[in-house]
Amino acid sequence: MSEYRTMSEEELRERTRALLDVVHPETTDSVRFRQVQYEHGLAWVHFPEGYGGLGLSPKMNVVVLDEIAKHSKVVHHDPPASIIGIGMGAPVVLTYGSEEMKKRMLPKIFSGEEIWCQMFSEPSAGSDVAGLSTRAVRDGDEWVVNGQKVWTTVAHLARWGMLLARTNPDVPKHDGLSYFVVDMHSPGVDVRPLYQITGEAEFNEVFFNDVRIPHDHLLGKEGQGWRVAITTLMNERVAIGGGGSKRKGGGASAQLLELWKGRERDALTPGQQAILRDRVTRCYMENELLRLTAQRARAAQKGGTPGPEGSVAKLAQAEINKHTWETGIDVLGARGLSFEAGYELRQGFGGIEGVEALAKYLFLRSRANSIEGGTSEIMRNILGERVLGLPGDPRVDKDIPWKDVPRS
Amino acid sequence: MALDFSFTDEHEELRATVRAFLTAKSDEAAVRAQMATERGYDPAVWTQLAEQIGLAGLIVPEEHGGAGMGYVELLVAMEEMGRALLCAPYLGTAVFAANALLDCADASAQKELLPEIAAGRAIVSVAHAEPGGRWDLAGIAMRARAKGDGFELDGTKAWVLDGHTADVLLVVARGDEGLGLYRVDAGAEGVTRTLVPTLDTTRKLAHVELAATPATRIGSGDQTANLERVLAKTVAALTAEQVGGAQRCLEMATDYAKTRLQFGRPIGSYQAIKHKCADMLVSVELAKSAAYAACFAAAEDDEELLEATALAKAYCSEAYFTAAADNIQIHGGMGFTWEHPAHLYLKRAKSTDLLFGDAAQHRERLADQVGI
Repeated sequence: MSEYRTMSEEELRERTRALLDVVHPETTDSVRFRQVQYEHGLAWVHFPEGYGGLGLSPKMNVVVLDEIAKHSKVVHHDPPASIIGIGMGAPVVLTYGSEEMKKRMLPKIFSGEEIWCQMFSEPSAGSDVAGLSTRAVRDGDEWVVNGQKVWTTVAHLARWGMLLARTNPDVPKHDGLSYFVVDMHSPGVDVRPLYQITGEAEFNEVFFNDVRIPHDHLLGKEGQGWRVAITTLMNERVAIGGGGSKRKGGGASAQLLELWKGRERDALTPGQQAILRDRVTRCYMENELLRLTAQRARAAQKGGTPGPEGSVAKLAQAEINKHTWETGIDVLGARGLSFEAGYELRQGFGGIEGVEALAKYLFLRSRANSIEGGTSEIMRNILGERVLGLPGDPRVDKDIPWKDVPRS
Repeated sequence: MALDFSFTDEHEELRATVRAFLTAKSDEAAVRAQMATERGYDPAVWTQLAEQIGLAGLIVPEEHGGAGMGYVELLVAMEEMGRALLCAPYLGTAVFAANALLDCADASAQKELLPEIAAGRAIVSVAHAEPGGRWDLAGIAMRARAKGDGFELDGTKAWVLDGHTADVLLVVARGDEGLGLYRVDAGAEGVTRTLVPTLDTTRKLAHVELAATPATRIGSGDQTANLERVLAKTVAALTAEQVGGAQRCLEMATDYAKTRLQFGRPIGSYQAIKHKCADMLVSVELAKSAAYAACFAAAEDDEELLEATALAKAYCSEAYFTAAADNIQIHGGMGFTWEHPAHLYLKRAKSTDLLFGDAAQHRERLADQVGI
């Protein structure tokens, strides 16, 4: 996979302009434009030819976007609901899917015609995702699935799902998993919104009741599901640990400062103001250091000697974002008692107007930062073991059949 | 701030050279030997450091006999010195005094003193803080009175780096035109220098009393703005020393956690210890970002130097102290002994926090600058 074809930046720009001669974003809707973009090999240029790419280095993808932006006021970026399909679905189909699947699925992932979701986590398998219980049992040319998944983003919109299920309970946990692509419209798939502490449902629960999956939708071999899944999990952490604002004093810092400037001075004693000012300053510092550390990581990557600066982002960002919004609501003082956005249960998320409402919302939403995509405790284990080289915890479940492992 | 944080191969070579030198000349035994002396450093090592690898004159321009390098090189050197707990008049002479001469002094003072610093022949100390313990320039009360061709100084300067061994003191005092820098030779009339018994014996500090002491003014006009930048650059270099020390504490703690067995397992396999190490790693990495940003800003004489420095001093002071304190905790009873080097880092960490204003003071400076 590391062997990329070389092509000059200029040639890639020419090819992009050739695409724009056929379809132009200003006069074409996103789906149609992206269909043609795919046919031209300009969807993800690091994919092979014939599969939406040109076999170039992934670094070249920005050239295409840049050239489009040069010639068009409208840029059809990846649709938000397609992020999982594009980031995780497409690579896994490309690597493990049959020829027929690649031809059938990749164009529609890119165009946004078909949304994908990922179904790994379960109520009893969070950090220990390899301990999951959803069962898939072979029945002739099909697999029959029963069980429950949770924290499934966009499952209610999805046509396809990436499913990790247990196909052999008699071997240690990692060895008994298999990876499937499941049609979310199949009979027996029941998607229900999962309401979180903000009242919103960003995620779903998915129930499987005798759902049948054709055997050729097994990706990788039976029992190799963990290996297939690992690739997607790594992609998820990279996607989440983005590294804060790009601009000095931007992002969360700017919002917190705006709150601070709008504080009710009359309601705060001088002592309270001094303490709050110090807390706001600490948050400013931490957010600034996230930005600088991301910058340092990029410089080290460019220089070819990436160090631990790149690994700490996920943990640091989660904790810093929580501090920031804990401070934010304290700056609001008594105004923090109200919650104008309300708790009407609804699907979807965001759309909060105004910095004060945003602060109250993020005070709640940021609690998830240290849970989603790897809890802070798991991240500390990873930093301790993989970066610092500390020994692992003894694993009591490692060498015994999954069915004999105690679980809640 | 358009920082790119790029370290070149030359920087890495410099790092390797300094580390090799300090491994040979400033191992734990050498540090312990020097910290027990009154002088506080080994003159032979100081000379070698100046002559063999040109560190004393690292930021001194070539025309004055220095290496003519910048703050990125200085950051590399300071990190290594902090790591090794080098006992030497480096911060006071090669950084603080060299910066003061470069930014505030007239050409003749530069010509006279910078080559002496670069050659490792003179210890030059800036006498800045006063007994009140404030480090900001507004806290300077000492007056310089004109007398004959020169000036006369009275009063006390406190916490002067290597003040007891300095050959020359550069005294910050208030004159008719505002703040200025006044040269006082150590042997001048009315100079009384008292070594302070320090918390951190690897870094020597003295109180200096001046009684009708003759002084020469070096530089002209109000030097407040220049001195502000001198302090900022010195603090930037100090934060690099802090992250060097903090990184060493992290390594000591993790190395020990891998080999110390209790209840039949390495203690580093327990999450209580592992997570402490991981948190240390995070704060050390963020501290590096802060110190590097400050030093890169100093290298480019960036307009955001004061802000970057305030942020770095505030963050690195706490990160170093936490790393040193957690290192002791992870070493358990051994970490509390005199025999183990962990306490040397704890003491250095606290002294670097308190020197030039502590973390809280720098958070306040940052808040003022950012408009919080």
